[in-house]
Amino acid sequence: MTNDNKAQEPAVGEGIPAPEGPANLIDTDYVIGQDNITASPLGVNVDLHGKVFTVSSLVILFFVIITLALQDQVEPIFNAIFGVLTGNLSWFFLLAANIFVVLAIALIFTPMGKVRIGGAHATPDFSYAGWFAMLFAAGMGIGLMFYGVSEPLTHFGTAMGGTTVEDGVRTDWSPLGAAAGNQEGAISLGMAATIFHWGLHPWAIYAIVALSLALFSFNKGLPLTMRSIFYPILGERVWGWPGHVIDILAVFATLFGLATSLGLGASQASAGLGYLFGVPDSNTTMVILIMGITLVALGSILLGVDKGVQRLSQLNMVLAFLLLVFVIFVGPTLLIATGFFENLVSYVVHLPGLSMPFGREDANFSQGWTAFYWAWWISWSPFVGMFIARVSRGRTVREFLVAVLLVPSVVSVLWMTAFGGTAIDQVINDGFQGVKEAALELQLFVMLGQLPLTAVTSFVGIVLVMVFFITSSDSGSLVIDSITAGGKVDAPKPQRVFWALIEGAIAIALLLGGGLTALQTAVITTGLPFTLVLLAACYAIVKGLMSEPRSV
Amino acid sequence: MFNKIMVPVDLAHIEVIEPSLKVVADQARHYDAEICYVAVTANTPGSVARTPEEYQQKLEAFAQERAKVHGQPVSARVITSPDPIADLDDVLVEAIDEVGADLVIMPTHPPKHLDIVIPSHGGKVATHTTASIFLVRPGKD
Repeated sequence: MTNDNKAQEPAVGEGIPAPEGPANLIDTDYVIGQDNITASPLGVNVDLHGKVFTVSSLVILFFVIITLALQDQVEPIFNAIFGVLTGNLSWFFLLAANIFVVLAIALIFTPMGKVRIGGAHATPDFSYAGWFAMLFAAGMGIGLMFYGVSEPLTHFGTAMGGTTVEDGVRTDWSPLGAAAGNQEGAISLGMAATIFHWGLHPWAIYAIVALSLALFSFNKGLPLTMRSIFYPILGERVWGWPGHVIDILAVFATLFGLATSLGLGASQASAGLGYLFGVPDSNTTMVILIMGITLVALGSILLGVDKGVQRLSQLNMVLAFLLLVFVIFVGPTLLIATGFFENLVSYVVHLPGLSMPFGREDANFSQGWTAFYWAWWISWSPFVGMFIARVSRGRTVREFLVAVLLVPSVVSVLWMTAFGGTAIDQVINDGFQGVKEAALELQLFVMLGQLPLTAVTSFVGIVLVMVFFITSSDSGSLVIDSITAGGKVDAPKPQRVFWALIEGAIAIALLLGGGLTALQTAVITTGLPFTLVLLAACYAIVKGLMSEPRSV
Repeated sequence: MFNKIMVPVDLAHIEVIEPSLKVVADQARHYDAEICYVAVTANTPGSVARTPEEYQQKLEAFAQERAKVHGQPVSARVITSPDPIADLDDVLVEAIDEVGADLVIMPTHPPKHLDIVIPSHGGKVATHTTASIFLVRPGKD
C-alpha cells in the first residue's frame, strides 16, 4: 500500500474527504483552534487555548505555592484523601483495570481489530523499531530501572514472612495467602505479583487511552486532546466547560506526574553517581542533574519527535537490551531462562487471585500495592496514552494492541525475571544481603555490584535512568503543549520550550522545598477521576470502532 | 532562468504569505515558470483541515485561484509529517527535489535575537539545498 493511493481515492461525498481511505468522520462545526489566542509578545509567537492554558497554569502555580508554603498542613490532607481512595475504593480500581484488560484482549480477536488508525489506506509514520522504542521509553522505562530489582525482592521477602493477623486484620504486606517458609512458593508468588503490576494491566490502561485518542483524532477528525473521547457521550458540549475541565485535569496529572518523577529520578541518578564515583549525594547534585536533563530535553524537543525523541528512545533500547543480555549471561543464566517460563506460568496461575476486586484478605497488598499502582498508571495514562496515540497512526487496531499490550508485557516478564531473579538468587544462593538492605534507589547498583564489570554496567544504568527521563520529559512537554493549544500539534516551538522549562523548575522547587511526595500523592488522587474517563473511553472505543470501515 | 517555482504556504496563516504571493506572480510571469504550492501539515486534525485530504483539496482550490491572478500553470502538494513544526525545514528541502523546483520563494521575518535558538526556516532551507531561494520580508508599513 503506497501513498499514491491517496490521490486516486475518490472523496467521500461533498464535504470533508475521509482520512486516507474509507473512515467515518464525526460531523461537528467545531474548528480546531477556534478558542485559541494567538499573539507574539516580545517577538515570541504563541498559539494557545485561552481557557485551558490559563486555568491550568493558575492551578499549577497554586499547587506549587501551597505545597511549598503549607507543606505540614497539606501533606496530611493529601495522605488522608489518598488513604480513603485506595482503602475504600480499591475494588473500583481493580475492577476497572480488569475491564480494560478484557476489552483490550477481546478487541484483538474481534473483526473490529481490522480497523486501521488513520483510515483504511494510512501508512505508519515510524518503523517497528522506532515505534517500540518510543512505546517503552514513554511508558515505563524509568519504572523498570527503579523497581526491576526492588519489587521482586520485596514481594519475595514478605511472602517468605507469611501472614500475621492482629485483631482479625492482616498486618503483613504479602500478596494473597503468602508462602511462609516455602522458598519456591515465595519466589513464584513474588514474581507473579511483580509481573502483575508491570504486565497486562498497566499496558491495557495505556492502550485504552491511546487507542481511543488515536481513533477519535485520526479517524474521526477531532482534535488530539483528552476531551475528544467524550464526544460520543457529551456531544457538542465537549467544546465547552466539561471539555475544558477534562483537559485541565490531564495537564495537571501530566505536569505533576512528570515533575515528581523527575525529582525521584534525579535522586536515583544522584545516588548512583555517589555510589559509583563518590559524587556527594546532595541537593546541589540533584539540582545540577535536573538542569542538565532539562537542557538535553530542550535540545531534543527542538529536534522534534522524529530526530529527537525517536533517536534517544532507540539509543536507550539498545543500552537497556545490552544491560539485560549482560545480566542474563553473567548472572544465573539457567535460572533466568527457566525462571522466565516458570514466572509466566505463575503469573497466569495467580492472575485470577491477584486481580480479584472483591473479598480480598491481603488488604495491605491489594490496597497499598495494587490499588496504588493502578492509580499511578491511570494518572500517567493521559500523557503516555496521548504520546502513544500520536506515533501510532497507520497501524491496525489489532497490530496496535498486540504491540502495546502483549509485547511490552512479555518484555516486562523477562526484565523482572532477569533483574529480580538475579537479586533473589544473590540472597538465597550467595547469602548476600547487600541488595536487600540497600536503599530503594541503590538496589539496582548494589545488585550490579555483585556481577563483573560493575563500573561499566552501573554507569550504563545511570545513563539509562537519565535518558529515560529525557524522553519522558520530551514526550510530556509535547503532550501538554498539544492539550493547552486546543489539540494543535503544530503550535509554535517556544511553547514546548516553555513547558519543558516549567517541568524542570517545578521539580527543582519541590525538591528543595520538600513536598515531592505530597504532590505525588496528589497526582495519584487524579487517578480516580481518570478511571471514570477511561471507562468512558472503553465505551467510546467500542462505539467508534463499530462505525469504522474495516481495513482490507 | 527558472522553470519551476516552489512556494511553501500555510493556509492557516495566509496573511503571513500575502506579500510574497505578489512576488511569486511577478517572477513566474517573468520567467514563464510553473508554480508548485506546497503545504506541510500534521497528520492530526488541524485548524485548516481535519484530514490531509481535505487540506489537499483546499490547497488545490487556492492554487487555482492564484492561477487566475498570474495565468501560469500551477500544482499543489500537501506533505504530512508527525511533527511538522520540528521537521518543516527537512521536509521542505526534500520537497524541492521531489517537485523539481529550481527556485523557492517564501516569506520570512526580519532577523531577531531568538534566531540563534530557533533559526528562521528560510535561512535553514537555503543552507541545505542547491535551488535558489528568494526570501521575502514583510514591508515596512
